[in-house]
Amino acid sequence: MKIIVSVKQVAARDSALRVNGAATWLDESDLSYEMNEPDAYALEEALQLKEKLGGEVIVMCAGPARASQTIREALAKGADRAIHIEIAEEGVLDALATARLLAAAAEPEAPDFVLTGLQSDDLGYGQTGVVLAELLGYSHATIVMEVEPQGTMVRVKRELEDGWFQNVVLPLPVVLTIQSGIKKLRYATLMGIKKAKTKEVKTVAARELSADLTSDAAASQAAMERVYLPSRSKQTQILSGDAKQVAHQLVEKLRFEARVL
Amino acid sequence: MSVLVVLEQRGGKWNRASFEALAAGERIGQALGVPVAAVVLGSAIEPLATEAAGYKVEKIFVADHALLADYTADGLTAALEQIIQGVRPEAVVFPHTYQVRDYGPKLATRFGKAFVSDVVDVKTDNGGLLLVRQLFQGKLSADVKITGQPQFISVQAGAFRAGQPTAAGSPIEPFVVTLAPEQIRGKPEAPFREAQRSVDLSAAEVIVSVGRGIKEKENLPVVEDLANALGAELAASRPICDNGWLPMERQVGSSGQTVAPKIYFAIGISGAIQHLVGMKGAKTIVAINKDENAPIFESADYGVVGDLFEIVPALAEEIRKTKA
Repeated sequence: MKIIVSVKQVAARDSALRVNGAATWLDESDLSYEMNEPDAYALEEALQLKEKLGGEVIVMCAGPARASQTIREALAKGADRAIHIEIAEEGVLDALATARLLAAAAEPEAPDFVLTGLQSDDLGYGQTGVVLAELLGYSHATIVMEVEPQGTMVRVKRELEDGWFQNVVLPLPVVLTIQSGIKKLRYATLMGIKKAKTKEVKTVAARELSADLTSDAAASQAAMERVYLPSRSKQTQILSGDAKQVAHQLVEKLRFEARVL
Repeated sequence: MSVLVVLEQRGGKWNRASFEALAAGERIGQALGVPVAAVVLGSAIEPLATEAAGYKVEKIFVADHALLADYTADGLTAALEQIIQGVRPEAVVFPHTYQVRDYGPKLATRFGKAFVSDVVDVKTDNGGLLLVRQLFQGKLSADVKITGQPQFISVQAGAFRAGQPTAAGSPIEPFVVTLAPEQIRGKPEAPFREAQRSVDLSAAEVIVSVGRGIKEKENLPVVEDLANALGAELAASRPICDNGWLPMERQVGSSGQTVAPKIYFAIGISGAIQHLVGMKGAKTIVAINKDENAPIFESADYGVVGDLFEIVPALAEEIRKTKA
C-alpha cells in the first residue's frame, strides 16, 4: 500500500500571536512552529496502516523552507520519504490553492491512501483533504475515527454530531481526514532521528507544480483583507490580585452578585 | 440572481443550524441587493418543504430523489451542482455542520471556487462582502473577501440568530436532479451511538471543567479537589479526553455533551468554538486561564488571568471556608 500523509506546519500552540504591521497575517519574527496536531494523528494512523499492510508512507508538506523541520520530524517517526512543496513568498494560501499544489504533487505517486488531519490549527478551514479528493477524483471521508482496510475498499468510522457515528465503505484510492486523538502518538526514537537524516526529501517549488500560479499568493480566491484581535462583546469582569485575593473576590461575586453559589 | 441557502436534514429531521444559515443568507442577500432562495434535498421530504415554506424566501427548491435518502458526499454534490447550474446564485450559503464539512468544499471545487467556511459575521465593503472568520481557534479574527462567483460560504453554529417561521407560504418549486447509483461511491451504514453514557453532565448544577492548561494527567487532583469542594461534576475539553486522562463521557463540546449548569468553571480551557457550543448555556461562566487573549474570556462572566496551579487551590480553600 502506498500511503501519503499531508501535514502542515503551524505556529506552536502556546505562541503569543501578534498581528503583522500590514494586518494581513502574523508577525512571524519570533514564532516557533510545530506539526499541526490533527496531522500528527493522520501520520500516526498512516504509520499503523503501513505496519498492518506493508508498503510505504510518504509525507507531503506545502510550506516555506522552515517546514523542513516538520518533515524531518515525520521521517524520524517512521515515514519513508518526503515531498516538500516549497512556497517561496510570504502570504497565506486558501484551501483550494493549497490543495491544488498538493494534488499536483500527489497524483504522479498514485497512492492508495491519502491521510491528513481534519483541520489546521491556524486557518481552520477544515477543507484541504476534501478539496484534494475532488481534484484527484478519489473518494473521501472526513472526521474519521477508525480505518479498517478491506482489500480494494476501506471501511471507516466517521464522527457525526452529538455523539453519533457512522461506518462508511469506500473504494480506494481514498482521502481520509483524521480526527485528533484516535490513537496514541508515538515519539521519534534516537534511531529514528538518525535514520531520518538519510531519507529522501524531494523539494519542488510551488510554481513548478501548478501552471496557473503566476505568484503563489495570487492563486487564492479567498484573501484575508485584515487580521485582528477579536473585540469583546460580552462584559467580562476580570478579577485581579494574588491568588488568595482573587479566590476571595470570586467567591463573593458568585455568592452575592451572580447568586449561584 | 439570488443567494441560495442550503437547508440540511437527515432522516426527515432538520438540522436546526439550517435556519441560522437562512438568517445569514438574508444578511448576505441584503448586502448584495438580491433575493434569497432556499433548497432542501433528500427523499420523501414534502413535509420539510412545507415547513420551510413558512420562512419568507423568494422560493424553496425541493430536490427529491431516492438516491438522496442517505447522505453521501457524491450524491449531494452531484445534486447541488445541477441546482447551482440551474439557479445561478451569486452566493451559496450553508450551515457549518459536519455534513457540510464533508461535501461543501468538494462542491465548491467542482466550480473551481474557494469555499469560505465557518463564518461568524458578514460585513460589506464597497458593495462587496467581507466575511469574518476566526483564526487560531478564535484567538484572532480575519475579514475575508472572495473573488469570483458564486461565493461558497458556511456559517458557524450560533453566530446568526435563526428567525421564526411566519406562515409566509413561500412558493415551493420542485427541482429535478439526475443521479445514477454508480455515481455514488460511498456505502453508508446506519448511524449509531456508542454505549449509553453513565455520566449525565446535562443535569449537573455545578461543573468544573479542565483543559490543556492542566498540562499533565498527574496534575488532575488540583481540579478534582476544587470539584470536591464545590460538590461539582468534573468535565473536560476534548484534548483531555483524547489523551485518556478523563473518560470520553466527561467531554463537553460539539462532539461530547451539551451542558447548562448554574456555574461552569472553565480551567485552562482556551475556548475553541467546539467547546463553547457545549457550555454556552451555563448561567454563570468562570474562566481561569494564563492567556489574557484566550477566547474563553469572551464567553465568561468572571475571568481570572493567571496560573491555575495557584488560583485553583486558593479557590478550593476559599469555598471550603465558606461552606464550613
